[in-house]
Order: sequence, then structure tokens, then C-alpha cells
Amino acid sequence: MTLEIKDLVVEHRSPGRPVVRAVAGASLTVRPGEVVGLVGESGCGKSTLARAVCGLNPVTEGSITFEGVPVTPLGLRRRTLTGVQMVFQDPYASLNPRRRVGDQIADGLRTARDGETDPADLLERVGLPREFAGRHPHEFSGGQRQRIAIARALAARPRMLIGDEPISALDASAQAQVATLMRDLAVDSGAGLLFISHDLSVVRLIADRIAVMYLGRIVEIGDTAEVWDDPRHPYTQALLRAIPKPDGMGVLPEELTGDVPDPAAPPEGCRFHPRCPFAMDVCRVKEPEPGPVACWLHEPA
Amino acid sequence: MSTGKTTLDITGLKVTIGGREILRGVDLSLQEGRVHGLAGESGSGKTMTGLAVLGLLPHGARATGRIALGGRDLLTLPPRELNKVRGGEVAMVFQDPATSLHPMLSVGRQLTEHMRHHLKLDKREARARAVELLGKVRIPGAEEAYGRFPHQFSGGMRQRIAIAIALACSPRVLIADEPTTALDVTVQAGVLRLLRGLCDELGLAVLLVTHDLGVMSAIADEVSVMKDGLVVETGPRGKVLREPSHAYTRSLLDSLPGETA
Ligand SMILES: Nc1ncnc2c1ncn2[C@@H]1O[C@H](COP(=O)(O)OP(=O)(O)O)[C@@H](O)[C@H]1O
Ligand SMILES: Nc1ncnc2c1ncn2[C@@H]1O[C@H](COP(=O)(O)OP(=O)(O)O)[C@@H](O)[C@H]1O
Ligand code: SF4
Ligand SMILES: [Mg+2]
Ligand SMILES: [Mg+2]
Repeated sequence: MTLEIKDLVVEHRSPGRPVVRAVAGASLTVRPGEVVGLVGESGCGKSTLARAVCGLNPVTEGSITFEGVPVTPLGLRRRTLTGVQMVFQDPYASLNPRRRVGDQIADGLRTARDGETDPADLLERVGLPREFAGRHPHEFSGGQRQRIAIARALAARPRMLIGDEPISALDASAQAQVATLMRDLAVDSGAGLLFISHDLSVVRLIADRIAVMYLGRIVEIGDTAEVWDDPRHPYTQALLRAIPKPDGMGVLPEELTGDVPDPAAPPEGCRFHPRCPFAMDVCRVKEPEPGPVACWLHEPA
Repeated sequence: MSTGKTTLDITGLKVTIGGREILRGVDLSLQEGRVHGLAGESGSGKTMTGLAVLGLLPHGARATGRIALGGRDLLTLPPRELNKVRGGEVAMVFQDPATSLHPMLSVGRQLTEHMRHHLKLDKREARARAVELLGKVRIPGAEEAYGRFPHQFSGGMRQRIAIAIALACSPRVLIADEPTTALDVTVQAGVLRLLRGLCDELGLAVLLVTHDLGVMSAIADEVSVMKDGLVVETGPRGKVLREPSHAYTRSLLDSLPGETA
């Protein structure tokens, strides 16, 4: 039940525009019952990677296997049968506004050939009243809607759950709750969870491991506590320094200057070198080896 | 510390929509050159408070109480006068820069339109001021950015442009409603520094609505906490965030992720 992503390259091609290498050689493993948080600034390729895992973006190079079987671009129906379910950022867009939520959850149950479970049971599992099954999506708040989207995903008994910024559109108070809910439900059912977010403090709360992505590459990966307490890649360090602390001290967070470069024309050498305070000569010409920390300051011994 | 002049004073603000009391007597005062942070969970009335100041409450809303700005009560101002205040003395920035930016108009056009209207500048003067503002919010290549369109900028840059437009007519009050919530933390850090600098440099009175107590801690001077249409606690940042006196504020602080409480 392991998801294995190896040297994955995913390119976007659109007519008259340069090829965008949105994922440029990324490797990542998610084991059953494990929660991996994928973080990085917008545009670094998180969604492209997630969509490739679901067979929604074709693999250009490298491989993605789930339970040892390669993931190939599939129709929606076949994809759901593979046991990977995705929860998207916008619960408004992912639920059908005209159908009762109970019926939409029942679709998921049908995918898993589950004739026993009542959709209301799933509502209960995501912390909503059973009688909500008869209502329509517009009758709910954003947080409730996202819980419904999670219930529907769970109904299909996924062995791998992928959340692509599933909490970004929610309120702060709902964010931590929904993230924790996803974690508990995935872990309890023995499924793996790949949780994508640009909010490190929430990822820290629920992930066993954190993978940090920059411009199509995983630049650091490790146990959550290790990455949080002792970030080693200069990019991870900058990300963590930018989080303002609620300590009441009035300290402005440090700015990481410069935008994420255009992935259609990534910098030579280390992709982070134009923004890195420690950049050395080698960084400008040679790309660091992939590893737990992809940085010339942390060469594998 | 708070020796600043009061720029905007809200007292006993009540707002009713369709028979439901959304704000139940809000008191809040904004000082020159200070950032007043407004926290509270969703639905507590933070956005409505800001909209009331701008005279932008939803249709059918009834507001009572007093919003005093420079000797006038904004709640009783005739629509024409209020229009002049809005976008002039009082400006706003929202969570989504798309709310403040027109997708089909160049950045320069959007900046100068407000100025020519409110400040009665001619074309050349307006352009010069627009380029200066773009520089102030640190848009690289301000001259060239003037002619570009919103979609040609990243999210963080768009929010900076929205801030430049808000500043175009030298407001005294800036209402910023979750201005960094949609941004990456790295970009957020830049926008927070920008807001703090503008507040110090221009003497702006800022009402910063945010659910993020980290953001609050970074730039607010005063902090107020709302619950169910009322301000339940107000005080200096350090006091409210470190020794909250209201149980509700304490519960907000305790629910924070990422803090070893
Ligand atoms: N369908 C597409 N066509 C062309 N470029 C795309 C497409 N989808 C994403 N991109 C580009 O690929 C890069 C990575 O995007 P994305 O995977 O959405 O990043 P993230 O989810 O981390 O914000 C960005 O530069 C984005 O503009
Ligand atoms: N257009 C509207 N019509 C009626 N009620 C509204 C409208 N917009 C918001 N409300 C209600 O007003 C209350 C306060 O909302 P708001 O000020 O947006 O809260 P906050 O910004 O603190 O999340 C909420 O109960 C909300 O449901
Ligand atoms: S390889 Fe060099 S430029 Fe890249 S992150 Fe490490 S020190 Fe910085
Ligand atoms: Mg994305
Ligand atoms: Mg609001």
C-alpha cells in the first residue's frame, strides 16, 4: 500500500509557450498509515505532483507506483478503483451543488462496492449530524463542506488520501480541526495521507514527515520534529523564519526576498541560489544531489 | 506609549441585517501611526465592522451608534460626502487582491484614476505619483510595471499593488481585512513589513483584521478580540497575547497550531 514517486518529471505544454517543467525530478514515498506533509511556496509544483499521482497529469519522466503498480493516466472511474482519493482546496467546486450530500457520499460507497454503510455514518465520522445527508451543499459553511468532501472521499475506502491545500480556503479555527480530522481518519483506516499545504504550522501539527519542495524539486525531507527544530536546507530555514510567532513580542518576520523563479527557465546549478544567503561558486554551476537535504552545504558523507 | 491622536473612533456600533443583530455595540478606536489588530473567529463580525466604517454594509443593513472621523459621524454622512471619504480619507485592502483590482485595466490607470478624481491632479502629476507609489510598495521596475496588467504579477505583487491603490489618495485610515491570508508566509513577511513601515512613515491609522495571532503579534500595537458581535477584550499587544484577561482570548491562543503550549 506504499506510494512511491521516483525521479518524477511532469511537464506542462501549451501551444506557443515554453515547456514548464513543474515537477523536475522529485522522489517521495508515503507508507500506509503515514502522514507526509508537502510544503513550499505557490507555484513550486505541489498540485502538479498531486495530480500526477492521481493520474490527472501525465508523467514525463520517472515513475509513480502505488502498491507496486505504475500509475498511468486513467479515466476518473478507473482511478477511483485504484484506491487513491483526493480532497481539493475548494469544496464549492468539488461538490455537485444540485445533489444532496448523502447521494454524493453514496457514490463513494458504490465505488468501494459497499452496500452496508449508510452515508449518514460517514457524516458522523467527520463530525457532522446524520440528518445533514438530506441537504444540499449551499446550506453549509466552508468548513462543513470540506468535511463533506472528506466524507465522500473516505466512502470509497481509499488506501491513499491526498489533500491538495484542503484547508486553505477555511477559517483558522476550522483549519486545524479539519487537518487533524483528515489525519485521524486516514491513520485509523490504515491509509497513507499526502497532505499538501503552504501553511507549515498546520503541517507540523499533523505530519509524521515533512517534504519541502522548491521549484519542482524536493529540497529537504525528514521527520517533522527534526525539520521543524533543525531545518538544514537554507530554503527550509527561510520558510520557517518567515512564520510570525504569536508571542506578543512585536517581531516582524524575516522576508525571503525575490519571487519563485519561472519554472520554464530555472536558474543554473542550485535552483535556490539566486535567493540563498549562503550561495557559493559551486552552487551557481552544479545542481546539488537529491537526498534528505539537497544542498552543497550538506553533502552526503 | 499610546500618546497618538485618535483618528477614528467607533462607539456603540450596532448593525442589524434582516432582524438579526450582527454587531451588538462595538467600541474601537484607531490612533495615528498605530496598527490596531482585530481578532476573533469567523462570523464574529470583524468584516462587518470594517465595512461599516467604509459605508459598504450589505443591502438592507441598519447601523446605529457613532463612527467619528475628523469631527464627522460617518454613519450620518450623506452618500455623496461618504463617497468622498471612501477611497479618500479611508481606504481598504481585502484578503483577495482581485477584489480591489480591475483585471482589464492597467495598473497605472487604476492608480491614477483614483488620484485624478480625489486629488484633482493632472495626467502628468498623477503618473509621477503612481510610479512613486509603486516604488514605495517595492514593485520592481515601477516605470515598466505602470503599464502592465494585474494578471502579469504574482499574488504577493498584486496585493502590493492593491495597497498602492489604497494609498493613492493619502488616506488617514486603512482598513486591511485579512490582507496576507492568501499569501505564502515568505510573501506575507514582506507585506507585513511594508504595512508597518507605511504606518510609521505616513502616520496611517490601520485596522488590521486577521485570524492569525502570529501576524497580530508581529505588527499590531493594540489588539481587540471580537466574539458574537462584541469586542470582548482590548489592550496593548503584549498584554492581550501574553496575559489575556478574557477566557475567550485564552481559548483562541490555546487552539493555535505550532505552539508548544
Ligand atoms: N495546466 C498548466 N499549464 C501550464 N502551466 C501550468 C499548468 N498547471 C500549472 N502550471 C505551472 O506549473 C507550475 C507549478 O504549478 P502548481 O503545480 O500548481 O504549483 P503549486 O501547487 O505548488 O502552487 C507553475 O509555474 C504553474 O504556473
Ligand atoms: N450579506 C450578509 N447578510 C446577512 N448576514 C451576513 C452577511 N454577511 C455576513 N453576515 C453575517 O454577519 C456575521 C458577521 O460576519 P463577518 O463580519 O463577515 O464575520 P468575520 O469577518 O468576523 O468572519 C456572521 O454571522 C455572518 O453570517
Ligand atoms: S546548494 Fe548552495 S545555493 Fe543551494 S541552498 Fe545550498 S548553499 Fe544555497
Ligand atoms: Mg497548488
Ligand atoms: Mg471576515
